[in-house]
Amino acid sequence: MFRDLYYNVFEFVRTFGALQLFFLRLLAHSPTVIWRRFGLVTAQVHNTGALSLVIIIICGFFVGAVLGLQGFSNLARFNAEDSVGAVTALALVKELGPVITALLFAGRAGTALSSEIGLMKATDQLSAMEMMAVNPIRRVVVPRFLGGVVAMPLLAAIFSMVGLLGSHLVCVSLLGVDVGSFWQQMQLSVEIADINEGIVKSVVFGIAASLIAVWEGYNAIPTAEGVGRATTRTVVITAIVVLIFDFMITAVAI
Amino acid sequence: MQQTRTVELGTGLFALLGMGALFFLTTQTTGGEDFSADKTFKVTARFDNVGSLRPRAPVSMSGVTIGRVTRIDFDPVALDAVVTLDIDARYDQLPEDSDASILTAGLLGSQYVGLQAGGSEFYLEEGSEIMLTQSAIVLESLIGKFLVRGGSDDSSD
Repeated sequence: MFRDLYYNVFEFVRTFGALQLFFLRLLAHSPTVIWRRFGLVTAQVHNTGALSLVIIIICGFFVGAVLGLQGFSNLARFNAEDSVGAVTALALVKELGPVITALLFAGRAGTALSSEIGLMKATDQLSAMEMMAVNPIRRVVVPRFLGGVVAMPLLAAIFSMVGLLGSHLVCVSLLGVDVGSFWQQMQLSVEIADINEGIVKSVVFGIAASLIAVWEGYNAIPTAEGVGRATTRTVVITAIVVLIFDFMITAVAI
Repeated sequence: MQQTRTVELGTGLFALLGMGALFFLTTQTTGGEDFSADKTFKVTARFDNVGSLRPRAPVSMSGVTIGRVTRIDFDPVALDAVVTLDIDARYDQLPEDSDASILTAGLLGSQYVGLQAGGSEFYLEEGSEIMLTQSAIVLESLIGKFLVRGGSDDSSD
């Protein structure tokens, strides 16, 4: 048993170190890819970002709407329903926007990345590239990683904005909160530092989610089962890492 | 070729939408400048207790925001708080004996400085001091007083 424990801890540390080295390798290749093969990055921004818009917009709208509904019914007890704008804006911009976007991003784009790369590996496409003296990291992995890193903060911002509109629709149009006080209370309580915190979070989550996705895909066992497992692990690990980072960034920011 | 163009168009739209959202968040949800004036003049007011008044809190008269709190300092000699108010220069005809009190917007709202016009024929100007002030009402001490008084009432019955 102790032997297993030792082995597991050892393996964990080794994997963690390998992930760091992989990250450094991606960073080392990034400038060349951006400089020479910008089209590949654009295509991946389209793949991970633009094609995730539907899920982000729909989820953002309903998250904002339910925040407005809950905030309204609770604040109405204190006759403070005018503050519902401030409550939803702070919750969306600082926490829910980046976190839920990262989780949706892992589900929508992360799984696609890891299964795509994993399947390329399983069907020997990556080896074939190496045979043709094409670096698969540079050709396949780095553009996908960069695409995710670019797309995630933009998606988080869109999520927060659509959430605010959803909250506005529910609170102002349906529940009858005054439109002026809704926005004024929000503007009085949201500081630029709150927005910055959200941006920092979404950038960090974007790096983490994209890194985990391409790492899992690149290191998938090249079988059907292995690719499936890599996809699952992408979602699970991203969710855990994002929530841990969320706590750490919030703790630093406060 | 056609497909590349579609991809590029989609990416461009997505990036523009994302940046538009960031712009929306930074400009529309923050700031809260319901008061902005090019020219202002400063007056000071001394309070025994400013409660939870903060810089940037509004200064209002008859419910209209006419200025903003810029500084709150403690005077170590007179042992009270000196609040500096920035008032829109358009309102240069406020009577000199107006009084300032620290009020709370609603039960849970933030605190602001309310001015009540006096009857003097001299006006507040740059550097003048508001003499009549009323401190913030601290809810805890109010409850304390109420409890003490309530207790004595019971004993007198």
